[in-house]
Amino acid sequence: MSRLLKKRETLLFVIILVMIAGFSTRAAGFAEPGNLSNIFNDTSILIILALAQMTVILTKSIDLSVAANLAFTGMAVAMLNATFPGIPLAALVVVAIVIGAALGAINGYLVWALEMPPIVVTLGTLTIYRGMAFVLSGGTWVNAHQMTPVFLNVPRTMFLGLPVLGWIGIAIVALIYFILKYTPFGRAAYAAGGNAVAAVYAGVDVGRTRFFAFVLSGALAGLSGYLWVSRYAVAYVDIANGFELDSVAACVIGGISIAGGVGSVAGTVLGALFLGVIKNALPVIGISPFTQMAISGTVIILAVVFNARRERNRGRIILRDKAARDSLTNEVAA
Amino acid sequence: MSAVPKTQNEPRRAIPDRLGTQFKRIIASWEVLLLGVAILIFIFNSLASPYFLDAYNLSDATFNFTEKAMIAFAMALLIIAGEIDLSVAAIIALASTAMGYAAQAGVDTVGLVAIGLGVGLVCGLFNGILVSVLKLPSIVVTIGTMSLFRGISYIVLGDQAFGGYPEDFAFFGQGYVVWVFSFEFVLFIVLAILFAILLHATNFGRQVYVIGNNEFAARFSGIPVERIKFILFLLTGVMSGLAAVCLTSRLGSTRPSIAQGWELEVVTMVVLGGVSILGGSGTIGGVVIAAFVMGLVTFGLGLLNVPGIVMSIFIGLLLIITIALPIIARRIKAMSGK
Repeated sequence: MSRLLKKRETLLFVIILVMIAGFSTRAAGFAEPGNLSNIFNDTSILIILALAQMTVILTKSIDLSVAANLAFTGMAVAMLNATFPGIPLAALVVVAIVIGAALGAINGYLVWALEMPPIVVTLGTLTIYRGMAFVLSGGTWVNAHQMTPVFLNVPRTMFLGLPVLGWIGIAIVALIYFILKYTPFGRAAYAAGGNAVAAVYAGVDVGRTRFFAFVLSGALAGLSGYLWVSRYAVAYVDIANGFELDSVAACVIGGISIAGGVGSVAGTVLGALFLGVIKNALPVIGISPFTQMAISGTVIILAVVFNARRERNRGRIILRDKAARDSLTNEVAA
Repeated sequence: MSAVPKTQNEPRRAIPDRLGTQFKRIIASWEVLLLGVAILIFIFNSLASPYFLDAYNLSDATFNFTEKAMIAFAMALLIIAGEIDLSVAAIIALASTAMGYAAQAGVDTVGLVAIGLGVGLVCGLFNGILVSVLKLPSIVVTIGTMSLFRGISYIVLGDQAFGGYPEDFAFFGQGYVVWVFSFEFVLFIVLAILFAILLHATNFGRQVYVIGNNEFAARFSGIPVERIKFILFLLTGVMSGLAAVCLTSRLGSTRPSIAQGWELEVVTMVVLGGVSILGGSGTIGGVVIAAFVMGLVTFGLGLLNVPGIVMSIFIGLLLIITIALPIIARRIKAMSGK
């Protein structure tokens, strides 16, 4: 079983390696460690958001409001920083996470308590949150010169050859891996999406699990809000417009089933890196960046086709512990 | 856990055992309630702005919703059948880009309309194949095709714009049939009637409801589920193409960002009209009233100089509240009934 599961991730990994090799024949230096670490750093925010999206999708929901949440939170911390330069960065980061989590909790509450379809809730909050970013800022921009140097510089400080932004990405990957694999919430998330009825009878509160998935997603979106504003040194209403689709795309490419219950952290990270490599390669090999949207669209469709074929073949496995593996070997042996 | 049966057995997509008068009353009251809301907004607007109650201004206001409503009719059928198409706005962008490209090549008005509708049809065909033939979930598929269709527009146009449409092409978005009634408004009314007949008075319409209520049972009843879904995607594509013709004609130019975010407004319109997002119920009449409500709200706010992005907050709130209200009402009813 574990061999089968790994197959998808290894395949994706090989595809990414082949792509990098292919691009480096067109543009010398593309495969150099420095450039690769640049690409990783550049993709970190997408990785964080994709992991947020993945947690929600695992519970058979979807969070289309992540990018709007990012825009609002990013605007809020940028304005706080511009107005009160004295506030320490750590406090701002906490504020970003708290605001993000609160916005996520609104989504989660509507899904949990009112049992509203997640897609409708987050389509609605997507416009509301972005509208709130406009109301908050009055349509003005917060530019680099209004932000404090600490606010701008911390994510780009180099540490062991990788900017802090990249390290934050790695830390979040480790955190989500830990949460999904070793906490009751993580198991509940897989169970709630895999088979909601069975999950309820197994003592999992599906609604509450979804709620916490949305809170987690919101918190990560909030953190990304600060990272985005700091990285691009500007905050305005339309930042990360449409980025929610990139996060869904990364999940779908990474083999996360949109029907819930199936998917791995490694797959999502590779899915995000896949998009990141393409995005960084296009200008290098002389293709107009305007083609990027069509490429992501095509990749999403191909990935969905691929996922569907795979799911049809192997059913849905939500617990891959030793027992499941043993029973499979027994079956194969028999 | 006492909550176990409650959450799982709540009949969300179930067909009621008997269509009692009470059920009918609830359905009827949604449209009536919405109509009441529309009248209230109308009165409020006419009090809030002295420019509101003017035949020409009101006629102008209809442009706020006619194009979106054309798509909303087809989308309503699709959502009733339990599917969704998030690529409609992207289809507008692609169809508009194709028309712009053709206009530059000197194609005449008839040809442009054919191209607009044709591109819509092809996009709908593509969605339809992915969903009905390859049996993929429509929500992800259309998120993908949304990027693909608009992406092609971006490849063709980049940061440029197409203009230079023939003069008589302007009729579709700017022409008036009689007095203050624009071509778009008349088209909206005609389409509303056609779609109402299709959904409420034909076998096809009944089958759409059955699929949305219980796809499994529909299959066992011999309903060609995939074929009907396929037709609905085609229909949505063509209506998006038609909306592209009207919008392009009205704006007189094409940018790849045309109709950005309309998929959300169209879905809002459909859901506001009382169509269940889970499929199986809803009426065209509700969608028509919802179109008026949304048009009046945006027009009224526009008269009050509220910026567009703030209006979108209202639209988003409207979407969430209209879905939350019946759920809350049902809860209160269930509680008081005990």
